[in-house]
Amino acid sequence: MLDAAPTPLVQVQDLKMHFPIYTGLFRRHTGDVKAVDGVSFDITAGQTLGLVGESGCGKSTVGRAMLRLYEPTAGRVVIDGDDVATLTAEALRKKRPTMQMVFQDPQASLNPRMTLAEIVSEPLEEHTNWTRDQKLERVYELMDQVGLNRRFVNRFPHEFSGGQRQRIGIARALALKPRFIVCDEPIAALDVSIQAQVVNLLEDLQEKLGLTYLFISHDLSMVRHLAQRVAVMYLGRIAELSPSKDLYARPLHPYAEALLSAVNEPDPELAARRNRIILKGDVPSPANPPKGCNFCTRCPKVMDICRTVKPDLLEVEPGRLVACHLYTAAGSTGASEANERNQQGEDQ
Amino acid sequence: MTDAPTPPPTSAPASAPPKPASAARDIWQQFRTHKGALFGLIVLGFLIIAVMIGPYIWIPEKLTVAEAIKLKNQGPSWRFPLGTDQLGRDMLARMLLAGRVSLAVGLVAMLIAIVFGTLIGILAGYFRRLDGPLMRLTDMFLALPLIPLLLVMVMLFRDKIAGMIGPELGAFLLIVFAIGITSWMATARIVRGEVLTLKEREYVLAARSIGARPHRIIRRHILPNVISPVMVAATLGVAEAIITESVLSFLGLGFPPDFPTWGRLLFDGLQYMQVYPERVVWPGLAISLTVLSVNYIGDGLRDALDPRIRGR
Repeated sequence: MLDAAPTPLVQVQDLKMHFPIYTGLFRRHTGDVKAVDGVSFDITAGQTLGLVGESGCGKSTVGRAMLRLYEPTAGRVVIDGDDVATLTAEALRKKRPTMQMVFQDPQASLNPRMTLAEIVSEPLEEHTNWTRDQKLERVYELMDQVGLNRRFVNRFPHEFSGGQRQRIGIARALALKPRFIVCDEPIAALDVSIQAQVVNLLEDLQEKLGLTYLFISHDLSMVRHLAQRVAVMYLGRIAELSPSKDLYARPLHPYAEALLSAVNEPDPELAARRNRIILKGDVPSPANPPKGCNFCTRCPKVMDICRTVKPDLLEVEPGRLVACHLYTAAGSTGASEANERNQQGEDQ
Repeated sequence: MTDAPTPPPTSAPASAPPKPASAARDIWQQFRTHKGALFGLIVLGFLIIAVMIGPYIWIPEKLTVAEAIKLKNQGPSWRFPLGTDQLGRDMLARMLLAGRVSLAVGLVAMLIAIVFGTLIGILAGYFRRLDGPLMRLTDMFLALPLIPLLLVMVMLFRDKIAGMIGPELGAFLLIVFAIGITSWMATARIVRGEVLTLKEREYVLAARSIGARPHRIIRRHILPNVISPVMVAATLGVAEAIITESVLSFLGLGFPPDFPTWGRLLFDGLQYMQVYPERVVWPGLAISLTVLSVNYIGDGLRDALDPRIRGR
């Protein structure tokens, strides 16, 4: 994996997704919900970037805006050489096979009135002009790949278990041989026993097909297992972006620290000694985020500067990007802007 | 990998997995298990066949005016199975002829209303830009007083259309059109609401992430899932259309007075209801049976079209 192409497959630069708020009798535009407010990261081909954070921090919105299921407010999303955020409708349609998505709720993401064959061959209907038999053959191939029995081909989604449904969703995403897949909490709606199966399937597929994942999740241990690098999001911004080994060993950002202290420890003795950081208060509204650092209202290590100046995402250690004044305020307040563009870290 | 993936070779797999089954057969299998629907299908089929070929089989005897006056207001007998009306005309023959028009009006007007209402509802629900204009149009139609509108329409156009294609077909087309065009609003609203929720479903999002074009999304994901409410609206629409037609005929703006429809017969019988109740019963029964059977068919069809209920 070290000899991966130097240019990353996916580059996201300063992605912003604001949802306008209209209020009053005349539906005036009175503000924005800043669901994603300036997010930048890269993903090298064949790797997995984990995107973690609590509910409502904008993880899913990042994924959806990247595939332009929402129209991003600003920013660039370069996938395999094309800026997805500005493609014309027809060019975007042509581009779709490169980038696919696996959805969170396998029940909701499958049309209850379509059979497995119809669901999985839908992308083929849209992008190929194969004959029926060719499509069916490809459907069988995909079913083998994701471990579904070929006999199930005429069944409807409600006849499957949750894990099987998620496999169908994965098969559909694979149908067009994509290079980049956004996994939007693909395991959140599954039983723990099934989660491992699905994650292993995703890993196998990555190995076999050379896929690149953006793995959105709030399950920190799964992300640790799957991702080479992890981005921690808080209130629409990335707090820390580090190789997963480093992040789990020693989180730098206070929020990452608090988040990781919530991971369950299987060893009861260690668990007893573990000191959890309990954050006080609620997440501020993304419609009205704090003036300075988004985390300043709840940060245990808050300083004066945090309340006035938004910290930039800077490389504070090789490969580790953190948006926190703890690491900049010490010496260089106006740290070099050049570093803000994040680089692919020297992973592993 | 922007180019389309190469198709795999189409070799018949050794294990010979099942081919996709025909949906039509599944639907019929499920439909058959719904007793009410089957009953409705039989009754409606019987009614349709009866009114289609009945008038050729049951030819009423020609009576002179004097005989007819003597034989007026008869009860049911072998000679006149459903009795005679106040002018001595055979009720059975009139019922059969009337059924043709009433069933045709009911079904066609319902079809117009459903197609139009569904179209408007889907466009308004799916395309946000069309939502405002189309829904205001719907509101406008809802706000229009129905009967005066129909009256004006019939007054203005009846003679023109009759001049072009004959009085009976002209009246038929005009009435069907008038009823259809004034009863689509409820469907449009129901469908719009349903589409608004459906389009936020993840499978529609998934289709968009695949790059499906709007018309495909609508056909494949939206339309099949709005079928249930449409079905309900449709079955109620038949009844409403038959009744509206009778109202129009009663007001003298539908078909010519000597031209029987079930609604017309009902209103004709109304004045004699105290003395000869069967004169109201027959058309009333026919209308009720039609409505009931259409309702049951719709119910069964709705269940049969839903794979979650099918096979249960």
